Amino acid sequence: MSTKSETKVVSRKDMTKARWTLHQMNVNKIGYFMIAPFMILFLLFTIIPVALSLVLSLTNFNMIEFPDFIFLQNYATLFLDDELFIGALKTTLIFAAIVGPAGYVLSFIVAWFINELNPKVRALITLIFYAPSISGSVYIVWQTLFSADSYGWLNAWLMKLGFIDTPVQWLKDTNYIMPICIMVALWGSLGMTFLSFIAGLQGIDRSLYEAGSIDGISNRWQEVWYITLPSMKPQLMFGAVMSITGAFNFGSIVTTLCGNPPTDYVGYTVTHHIDEYGSVRWEVGYSSALTFLMFLIMIGANLLINKLISKVGQ
Amino acid sequence: MSETKFKKLRTRGHKVVLNRSKGGDAGITVFLAILGFFMVLPLVYTISQSLKPMTELFIFPPRFLPIRPTLVNFKNLFYLMNFSWVPFSRYVFNTVFISFAGTFGNLVFSSLAAYALAKIEFPGNRFFFQVVQKSLMYNASIAGTITFLIIAYLGWMDTYLAVIVPSFASSIGLYLMKQFMDTNVTTAILESARLDGAKEFRIFWSIAMPMVKPAWLTLIITSFQGLWQMGGSNLVYSEQLKTINYAINQITSIGVTRNGVAAAGTVFIMIVPIIVFIISQSNIIETMGSSGMKD
Repeated sequence: MSTKSETKVVSRKDMTKARWTLHQMNVNKIGYFMIAPFMILFLLFTIIPVALSLVLSLTNFNMIEFPDFIFLQNYATLFLDDELFIGALKTTLIFAAIVGPAGYVLSFIVAWFINELNPKVRALITLIFYAPSISGSVYIVWQTLFSADSYGWLNAWLMKLGFIDTPVQWLKDTNYIMPICIMVALWGSLGMTFLSFIAGLQGIDRSLYEAGSIDGISNRWQEVWYITLPSMKPQLMFGAVMSITGAFNFGSIVTTLCGNPPTDYVGYTVTHHIDEYGSVRWEVGYSSALTFLMFLIMIGANLLINKLISKVGQ
Repeated sequence: MSETKFKKLRTRGHKVVLNRSKGGDAGITVFLAILGFFMVLPLVYTISQSLKPMTELFIFPPRFLPIRPTLVNFKNLFYLMNFSWVPFSRYVFNTVFISFAGTFGNLVFSSLAAYALAKIEFPGNRFFFQVVQKSLMYNASIAGTITFLIIAYLGWMDTYLAVIVPSFASSIGLYLMKQFMDTNVTTAILESARLDGAKEFRIFWSIAMPMVKPAWLTLIITSFQGLWQMGGSNLVYSEQLKTINYAINQITSIGVTRNGVAAAGTVFIMIVPIIVFIISQSNIIETMGSSGMKD
């Protein structure tokens, strides 16, 4: 789709590829001006740090000595000589496989249902569902609920009702760490993805629904599959990236609730491992290698999900 | 399909509602009510906790709602604020300034770039977009160490710039705006404006931006909230530059005796983002009425 080229009487056939590109650059140079402010800062605060960290992942940089290139040795150590990492990777993949898809689907369902309500109450209802994300330090509530002493809600009530005699150490018991953290993560999963779906639903052309009704769509389930979802594919893709980054960088909930490291390293994720090496042991090279590996895994997950999204509405 | 034609049309506020069964409406309401109850519970609990007098914070079995609600925790919070290192108004000013400046810059930079990437076909635009989108998947914590060095190199350590400027180029903001520019902005309208000789900046501002109102209102919510709730930063060490969240954490991190005050502090910090949220969300939903005139 060439936007400006139609207005100029220049044909692509007359030019070589390089000249055509130069011509396009010149015609659309306003585009470069418009992205420049963002791109300069993006280069400075994202590209350069990421690129440097990529280089560092091939070194043994530890913030004190001058780094030596050790090439892929960090990556080899990861898989061959770091049992903690293998465990952390498994935990992360389990968390991501549950929290990612479930949070994503929940975000859409709730956003869609809210969109079905009377517009007057929607803003308030949205706030109710977004509440876990807006109240920053609200994990404190979960700590109170699962507190290990008899003041903890769950313990207090289970004891009062006679189910248990002594308080259970919910957040220290390896049987409960994963389920509790997954539950809390799901509870807080209506964040950016959810808001983007709410906003995306507002932008759908109403005439599409009217046309759909005439074409024989007879209930809201058909409507959402054949009209709503295909109309908001860009938002679905955005939400997918948000969910992936959220699910794979899962870790702060475990730290807040169960401490770091949690009992027997149950619930110890790659994020913990990255922080352990990056800002406790200062083995920045190794930590960079970890980060890059996770980056590749997330890109793979993203490609997979985009494939699925492209099938929506068919 | 003749059936649908003669079906009695349901209306809601003078608008025709298509394909909606009463049972479905009821089911949705029940589902949202049950789920919503659990979602909002911890928020209500925090508020309830902030209204409890000291004696009610540690009773067995614990109670959800206060027996005798009191504002004493808030009174204590404001009293303790008087003893802060710098006047408390200074923390308020810092937070307000950082939140507004950061959000504004993020909105302008992201939208401008998103518009160009979505609607101007310059060579390299797909590449730029891919780089920004993929960068989201890079865990930022390790890059943080390097960002620290860059800020130091720029001489921005311990200035507002160190916390405000990096937030301008948020990949999330650009990605969000780009996705909405793709769906909501019709290229045909832009083309006709271009033929009429409108400058690209003007098209961006008066045609494209109104069409993606839900997107930038959403960006305002998240960007503002993130900056407002920002705690201490390792890029800023002067007390004069710290934020409310940091100051309140100092007050409440003393121990059990300040549990009530801590809850009051959490509520206090949440108020402004909630107001911003409600105003923005109401406006997002209002745009629905005008979205019929898209083509």
